[in-house]
Amino acid sequence: MEKTRKDHSRKYLNPYLGGLLLGLVLLAANYIAGRGLGASGAIKSVIVAATDVVAPAHVQKNAFYNDYKKEHPNPLKNWLVFEMAGVLVGGFVSGALWGRLKLKVEHSPKITSRRRLIFAAIGGILFGFGSQLGRGCTSGAALSGMAVLSLGGFITMAAIFGTAYALAYFFRKNWI
Amino acid sequence: MGPLVVNEIISENTNLFLAFLIGIGFGLVLESSGFSSSRKLAGVFYGYDTVVLKVFFTAAITAMVGLLFMSLFGWIDLDMLFVNPTYLSSAIIGGVVMGAGFIMGGFCPGTSFCGAAIGKIDAMVFVGGLFLGVLLFSETFSLWDKLYMAAFKGSPKISESLGLSDGLFALLLVAIAAGMFFVAEWAEKKFPREEY
Repeated sequence: MEKTRKDHSRKYLNPYLGGLLLGLVLLAANYIAGRGLGASGAIKSVIVAATDVVAPAHVQKNAFYNDYKKEHPNPLKNWLVFEMAGVLVGGFVSGALWGRLKLKVEHSPKITSRRRLIFAAIGGILFGFGSQLGRGCTSGAALSGMAVLSLGGFITMAAIFGTAYALAYFFRKNWI
Repeated sequence: MGPLVVNEIISENTNLFLAFLIGIGFGLVLESSGFSSSRKLAGVFYGYDTVVLKVFFTAAITAMVGLLFMSLFGWIDLDMLFVNPTYLSSAIIGGVVMGAGFIMGGFCPGTSFCGAAIGKIDAMVFVGGLFLGVLLFSETFSLWDKLYMAAFKGSPKISESLGLSDGLFALLLVAIAAGMFFVAEWAEKKFPREEY
């Protein structure tokens, strides 16, 4: 049994080293671009760009789209869109190097794939919705905000993790 | 002196190209740390795997202390960095909704892209959910715009709000992180899981 655990952990980077490297990437983003990392902002850019193609009149009428469009005349020519394209490449390369490229639904043996996918969809919808209300997700608001000592970043971080801990008991069957 | 793009040392297009490279670094670190696995991520909420806490807080204190030193050496002007504005109500309620999404979905947006990149179907479904969620918020914005704009506090630093210098706050946060790492190591021994 001890061997299984060791084999498992050897496949991944030491977490403190991973954290140090992630901190350096975040530092580079601030030094070069004057901003932190992000993820949900790229999704917003794509949604605004797509809506503008499908229904430009609708974008004019909706304040949330319109404000964004005014600031970013070309929503896809956006720092976060290029960064997230890089994340897909970097994630894929790392998965290839470590032999982790595989199409599969990852779930606890106690639940079905179907249940896992239903909860993944609900979780994604909630996270997407919350990231717009909270002006950024775990990367953009919490991590990057904390690095520049933003009060809002610390508050959002505490709200995300606090809520997940508070609800962990009710969703334990999905995970343990 | 940094930030390079704000000081017009590099062009806007170079900035976008570097964003792509930074993203590659971001993706490489997330995936090789195990953030492409929802079961590893969710472990932090049950104690069996605390990789999220270790990576997240090590990264936050590395970048925070790094920025303070770079400012001290005159390499970067901290006043030119983007600091997220604080809208108290939406920061808390948005965070609560995201936290619920985290424990149900097992990913956050950045990590779900990593999972999707290596073929995790649950991560792809989560990403699909993200797009729906962002669209849902945008389309129903008129219902939330008051909440979205409520309790605006400007872009305060937490150190100012607590009446501490940036350096002292950073030192305190490093100490708190060290304490959490100690608890995290203990939790992994107390709630071990052999296989997940």
